[in-house]
Amino acid sequence: MSVISLPAGAGSPESSPQAAAAERAQPRRHRWYRQPALMAGLVIIGLILLAVIAAPLLTSYNPDTQNLNATLAGISSHHLLGTDQLGRDTFSRLLYGGRVDLRIAFIAVLFPFVLGTILGSVAGYFGGWIDLIIMRLVDIVVAFPFFVLIIALVFVLGPGERSIYIAITLVGWVSYARIIRGEILVAKRQEYVLAAQSGGLSNLRIMARHLLPNVITQAIIYAMSDIVQDILAIVTLSYLGLGIQPPTPDWGTMISNGQDFLTTHWQLSTIPGLAVVVTGLGLSLIGDGLADLLRPGQ
Amino acid sequence: MNGGESMSQPLLQVDDLHVQIASRRGIVRAVDGVSLEVPAGEAVGLVGESGSGKSMTLRAILGVLPPEARVTAGRVLLDGVDLAQLDNRRLNQIRGPKIAMIFQEPMSALNPVMRVGSQIAEGPQVHMGMNRRQSAERALELMRRVGIPDPERRFSSFPHEFSGGMRQRVMIAIALSCEPSLILCDEPTTALDVTIQDQILRLLVRLCRESGTSLVFVTHDLPVVAQVCHQLAVMYAGRIVEHGSVEGVLTQPCHPYTLGLVRSAPDVDHPRSSLVAIPGAPPSLVSPPAGCRFHPRCKFAEEDCTVSDPPLRLLDAGHATACLHYERCLDELRTEGADR
Repeated sequence: MSVISLPAGAGSPESSPQAAAAERAQPRRHRWYRQPALMAGLVIIGLILLAVIAAPLLTSYNPDTQNLNATLAGISSHHLLGTDQLGRDTFSRLLYGGRVDLRIAFIAVLFPFVLGTILGSVAGYFGGWIDLIIMRLVDIVVAFPFFVLIIALVFVLGPGERSIYIAITLVGWVSYARIIRGEILVAKRQEYVLAAQSGGLSNLRIMARHLLPNVITQAIIYAMSDIVQDILAIVTLSYLGLGIQPPTPDWGTMISNGQDFLTTHWQLSTIPGLAVVVTGLGLSLIGDGLADLLRPGQ
Repeated sequence: MNGGESMSQPLLQVDDLHVQIASRRGIVRAVDGVSLEVPAGEAVGLVGESGSGKSMTLRAILGVLPPEARVTAGRVLLDGVDLAQLDNRRLNQIRGPKIAMIFQEPMSALNPVMRVGSQIAEGPQVHMGMNRRQSAERALELMRRVGIPDPERRFSSFPHEFSGGMRQRVMIAIALSCEPSLILCDEPTTALDVTIQDQILRLLVRLCRESGTSLVFVTHDLPVVAQVCHQLAVMYAGRIVEHGSVEGVLTQPCHPYTLGLVRSAPDVDHPRSSLVAIPGAPPSLVSPPAGCRFHPRCKFAEEDCTVSDPPLRLLDAGHATACLHYERCLDELRTEGADR
């Protein structure tokens, strides 16, 4: 008795390359320029970046030059936003201060991003006691409010740019570590990881080349909102006198100095305050837009 | 379990392999004393129901068990080296260049965010010391060999731009990329259309024959085994219950479970009025039934089946069964053949 036999398999053509090409040519539903939030954010941040980068072209005043003959001048064609109590041009200080704050914020976001991503990947991929140690560290950092810990750290390390980087890195990595760890925990159960292991690839290679590109999106989205937090932290530290040291211009110091003249010269504090708000808004919009654009399943 | 046949050193020899999985319900004996020999250049089929331990056996051979599972006993000898004793670093030199694996779902087994060409080129880069250009050349050549049309253009495509059959061709290309001597296939065609399935099987068999690569072929599809394999081992509840040549096992099944599998597969030459299902469900592997594990579902079961777990016994020329009353299967087949 013949039990098993197979019909002579006449192969039907597999999906033609043409069909795949048509699929690719089809416009993606979510084009980045169709995201109103993302567009608005990009425009706002673009304008601000343009203004601070082109500061020497927009103002002829040195932000640090004092003019004691023209202190606390009002808004005029000479001084677009008036001068402060030392006769320094407020508009000029606003632009150059933005340079400092934004530069530090964009650099400061990179360190915790990298550190958190590495530690999160290791914790998620290997699990076990490594995971336990890293996650207990995360718990310890998370137990303190963000600003309290940052301020305390900078206070210990001494004011200045370097301390800001160190403090933000030490506190900020935990969010990235948590995000990446969670994503890796899901992704490492995927069959392509098993396939990569079966192909004799090292753990490092699997993490870096196979897992990370699949999970990094969430960390990038978070980084956008993290920059906002970093700017707020930098401004807050400077406001408290722990951040950028005078005479270097910076929004936090400007707000703090202008406070004494709030009733008579409101623009000294309010304008840099507004700059912080608008920058934060712009970056948040970019973050939201990116999240909508990159989140899977959209 | 190859006693009868005299053959030189097999390529792969699995010896009394035990795999246990820690679960909330207790320890699952997923693989419970499996022995298997794969001669060089031959294809061995491993069939059984879902959960019979086929995939776990494959993963144990390659040392890629899930974290909660571990090999508790047994040896996996490849060219005389016990893979079960090697650490991960040494195993990584075996995986790929010596043993490769092909998975059931080509979609999930390919990295969705990596270009197909890079995925094929990765093995040669890591294991054969090729640089980017050489490995890309090799990937293109492999894509040509597995019949992917227009490889230059498809090289930089992503897996989602491929059809199921094309993806499985990519998987085959990846498996072949480091010229392994053994390929483990975990139901490589189950997720494909029947017509594509046949193409892929023919391709796989042809390529392995050309390069003298051995195959271990896990499936629950008997016609596929008949098409691809030389030898066949039937697994039930973590043990091998019957073993022999494909011809022998499929035409003269000497275990009621094999008989059940054979009868539940459709046969085009002699269509049955109805396919016969095996009653009941596979036993719990946490506390398997005493005696023969199949006896609760077996219509030939007797008193002695419930007492002790029967070992594999050699019947003739390499055909072994773990059934105490295997003659009844043959009797049943004979009467059925007479009826027809």
